[in-house]
Amino acid sequence: MLRAVPRSLSRQVLWRLRRSKSALVGSIILGALVLAAFAAPLLTPYEPLAIEPVDRLQPPNARHWLGTDVLGRDLFTRILFGSRVSLQTGLISVTIALLIGVPMGLLAGFYGGFTDRSLMRVVDLMLTFPGILLALVLIAILGPDLFNAMLAVGVSASPAFARVVRATVLSSREQTYVEAARAVGCSNMRIMLRHILPNTMAPIIVLGTLGVAGAIIAAAALSYLGLGARPPEPEWGALLSEGRNYLRVAWWMTTFPGLAIMTAVLSINLLGDGLRDAFDPRLQS
Amino acid sequence: MVPFVLRRLLLAIPTMVAVSIVVFLMLHLVPGDPAIIFFGDQPVTPERLELVRRQMGLHRPLPVQYLDFVRGIPRGDLGRSIHNRTPVLEELRTRVASSAQLALAAFVVAIALGLSLGLLSALRRGTWVDAGSMLLALGGVSMPIFWLAAMLIFVFSLKLGWFPATGFGGWNRLVLPAFALGFISSAILARLVRSSVLEVLALPFVTTARSKGLREAVVIWRHVLKNAFIAVITVMGLQFGTLLSGAVITETVFARPGVGKLLVDAISTKDFPIVQGAVLFIALVYVIINLLVDLSYAYLDPRIRFE
Repeated sequence: MLRAVPRSLSRQVLWRLRRSKSALVGSIILGALVLAAFAAPLLTPYEPLAIEPVDRLQPPNARHWLGTDVLGRDLFTRILFGSRVSLQTGLISVTIALLIGVPMGLLAGFYGGFTDRSLMRVVDLMLTFPGILLALVLIAILGPDLFNAMLAVGVSASPAFARVVRATVLSSREQTYVEAARAVGCSNMRIMLRHILPNTMAPIIVLGTLGVAGAIIAAAALSYLGLGARPPEPEWGALLSEGRNYLRVAWWMTTFPGLAIMTAVLSINLLGDGLRDAFDPRLQS
Repeated sequence: MVPFVLRRLLLAIPTMVAVSIVVFLMLHLVPGDPAIIFFGDQPVTPERLELVRRQMGLHRPLPVQYLDFVRGIPRGDLGRSIHNRTPVLEELRTRVASSAQLALAAFVVAIALGLSLGLLSALRRGTWVDAGSMLLALGGVSMPIFWLAAMLIFVFSLKLGWFPATGFGGWNRLVLPAFALGFISSAILARLVRSSVLEVLALPFVTTARSKGLREAVVIWRHVLKNAFIAVITVMGLQFGTLLSGAVITETVFARPGVGKLLVDAISTKDFPIVQGAVLFIALVYVIINLLVDLSYAYLDPRIRFE
């Protein structure tokens, strides 16, 4: 049976998204992870911070599926509770990046001229600090802790959003519907927020999704370096950092938190790739 | 070409000035004043604090202090470490070799792996070779570098004992970190090479090349790869930033005495002059690399010069 392609953009996107294998796999894994994060206390008999010296450094076994750490804490439980911290960290960082980057891109693209030039100078300056370096600079100023790590990761991801939003705004600024809105007397603010912003949603959603994956890795990296979440907080990067000195005797302390990060990031990347193809079928190979 | 080079060189100047302002302001944005940071956790009398404030010139207006800071840079005067009083430049100098060696080796690994994986999957499009290479690349994109590094140490140095786990010197201490760092970048490169090779393969001149009877290897080398290279160079230029910041993490995992490890240690111990020096250095390297990428880009694609 032949089904018609739906008319409205959001329906079309959903329709294409459902046909994307990578998006399907990604969202199933991610859904399971989010569910596990919510249901964490129901899934394990242990407490993430409960110290049990008799059980220290046990390899994976029937009682402790993924083994225990140097203080006898159950690693499975810590990774499970860590998923709350790490997934939240990714989301909050990207939200911060959006809150900074989107208004910058909107203003720069909409007003052009001096506003555009000066805002883009700021963006260029931020991009002079490659990758995690800008986050490191911010951490150096703010001091190391988890919230500052999220802030640092968010701020350093914001130029990417500003650039993409600006580019989209530049192309939609000249469209007839903007002219029409202006003709009926809409204010600049209203045109930006009600007419142009919805049209920049597609790249924002795609970049935002992929951004969560990047933010989880970046925040975990900062925690691993000792500049983010502090022990005993069970953040994934911090768990890896705890395992660092016990690599020889307790491989599980390093292996499993890393696998958790990879699973989460991979599933988000798959979903993001699927979303990108769904929003822009021309990009599909 | 010459005007383009000059213009591009001039454009790099305001960037470096802005970077130096940011680096200078860092010390003043930290809560508490620089003199207190200077003493770290040591107890100090108010008189001594005031004396140090005078010595550091903190009583003068900020712009004057900034000019002083900038004037010191060409002379190589970046201040001294708070903790062991060695000049920052000295600290950087002893670590540059290790970092440069790592970055270069990782770069070679990234190019070799990325090109071969990408090319292979483009040429065997739709087969399991393609699927496998792209899955490997997706894994590489999703893998935290510090985890890959730790796993490499576990398998190749702790279990098999093939390579030493940490330190600097000798090629065998370079293999694992270079592979860890290079692999992450190669993943992104492989995906890009695949798509740009596929794009070029569909162009008419490839058909022409084939129809005039060239061997497939010649078609790929001379016609396809050369044209796919422009995109590759841009991305590798951008990737160099990822490589630099990845080096910060890699050096820490492998305890390599490089600029990245120096920076991370300095942030943890609040050794601000070192932080400033290292950040300035890395940003400078990045700006120079970007400059070189732009220039090579213009060399490869003459259209860009005349824009």
